[in-house]
Amino acid sequence: MFRFVRRLLITALLGGLLGATLVRLGPGFGVDERELDTRLSSESRQAIRAEHAADSNIALFYIRYLNGLLHGDFGFSRSLNRPVADLLKERLPLTLGSLAYGVFGGVSIGFALALLTVWWRGPGVDLIPAALSGICLALPAAVIALLFLWMGAGGRWAIALVVFPHVYRYAKNLLVATYQSPHVLAAQAKGLSTSRIVMAHVLAPAAPQLAALAGISVNLAFGASIPIEVICDTPGVGQLAWKAALDRDLPLLVNITVLVALMTLAANSLADLALNAWRPAK
Amino acid sequence: MTRVQKIALVIVGLVTLASLAAGLLTASSYSEQFRDAISAPPSARFPLGTDELGRDRFARLLYGTRVSLLLAPAAALLSTLIAAIVGGTAGYLGGKWERCVTSGIDLFLSLPWLFLLLAVRALLPLNTSPVTSVIITFLLLGCLGWATPARIIRAGTRTLVHSDFLVQARASGVSGLRLFWRHLLPNLRPILLAQFWVSVPVFILSEANLGLLGLGVSEPLPSWGAMLRELENYSAILQNPWMLAPAALLIAVVCCLQLALRTEDRIPC
Repeated sequence: MFRFVRRLLITALLGGLLGATLVRLGPGFGVDERELDTRLSSESRQAIRAEHAADSNIALFYIRYLNGLLHGDFGFSRSLNRPVADLLKERLPLTLGSLAYGVFGGVSIGFALALLTVWWRGPGVDLIPAALSGICLALPAAVIALLFLWMGAGGRWAIALVVFPHVYRYAKNLLVATYQSPHVLAAQAKGLSTSRIVMAHVLAPAAPQLAALAGISVNLAFGASIPIEVICDTPGVGQLAWKAALDRDLPLLVNITVLVALMTLAANSLADLALNAWRPAK
Repeated sequence: MTRVQKIALVIVGLVTLASLAAGLLTASSYSEQFRDAISAPPSARFPLGTDELGRDRFARLLYGTRVSLLLAPAAALLSTLIAAIVGGTAGYLGGKWERCVTSGIDLFLSLPWLFLLLAVRALLPLNTSPVTSVIITFLLLGCLGWATPARIIRAGTRTLVHSDFLVQARASGVSGLRLFWRHLLPNLRPILLAQFWVSVPVFILSEANLGLLGLGVSEPLPSWGAMLRELENYSAILQNPWMLAPAALLIAVVCCLQLALRTEDRIPC
């Protein structure tokens, strides 16, 4: 458990360092629009430059950032002129809600369609779900967001539409592969009903991997939430990430990178734990 | 290969050919403005009408298709190459290098792909020339998309390294370089090819997402992503449904690519 938490934290902090390094190396770092204000005196301009000079050494910035983090200080966003902690506190619940809806909706739809396809086996049964998932896979998340915006529906359901085709394809292949295994053939030979075969002999062995799939979907859902929140003008972390990247807001971008890395790593680790917990002991 | 897969490949081939022959299929250039025909409906002169700046939408669609369909495979080639080098050496050498590479892959995979792409693309100056923006966008796709293929290639290499024929070759005194070049690489080819083809639709969609967020290819150069920005004007689409042509072509091509790549199990009846 200790090793797991240590690995989680190290990866997340390395992710933050990666984000900070990218911002620091990007052209235009340190340029501040406030300097264009002709009303400012040379002392004020110097003060603005001094603010950026403090961040120019990436190692020093990151050490300062980590030190602040240990004391509960997440830094200050220059582009939005507010403490990062306040911004995250304000926007995180909205994004977490959207992600929960999106992942739950996407996994439920994908899994239900995969189950129906396996239950009612026959030529052409999977035609409509396969076509639906194929079209959804071919749509960029931003276009799905536009569709939902036109329909007046919330962005959270757009996330579900991004997640569903991936879940459907994986779940269907998994259930079909389980259905073809020898123990199912033996159950069929013994004359068990389809519902009993599907529930007890197909679904049960595939359950751990299906649970793991939900964990992996979090990463996918967060990636989709960025264009969806931007297009639907939802004030969540996805939109904040977009603003931070565009404004080269180093403290904000580093915090979001660490947060996103932590969230996705935790979701993946939970999926792994679910997989291991269900795995029969040898 | 099934009949449906062959048809899908033919469609992709035809679209690619049409984009390459854009100069023959349309007389206008993608940036030429027809000020006498601003936001014009489809006609014999402009099959898909003109945009708000009076540019021929059909010409822009053909040239945009060329940008997306030629550069996405180029980016896929770059990412597969990086993945082959990183994942292949990790699987082949093992030990500390493998652990280091695996951690790097985990780090890259812990950040959503679009977030990483957005962060890096946004750091580049917005006043870059259109051609540079195209190169930068697809170079970034190639450079950042290596993590997933690298993980698969590493696992494939690891399996091959421990396979009987390679152990025997090593026992027979075959040198490391020859082992890699003659025995490992040819056997890795199916995995590399699969990773390349899987990356192409992913990169096409990523460029489209970036384009819609205003971080893709700069104007006046067209790409599918840049052309999709017109869709933000909902009221105009209702009056001019032909504005949906780039989205329809994008969906058709990505669907065809997915159909051509499909290798899933069939449901037993």
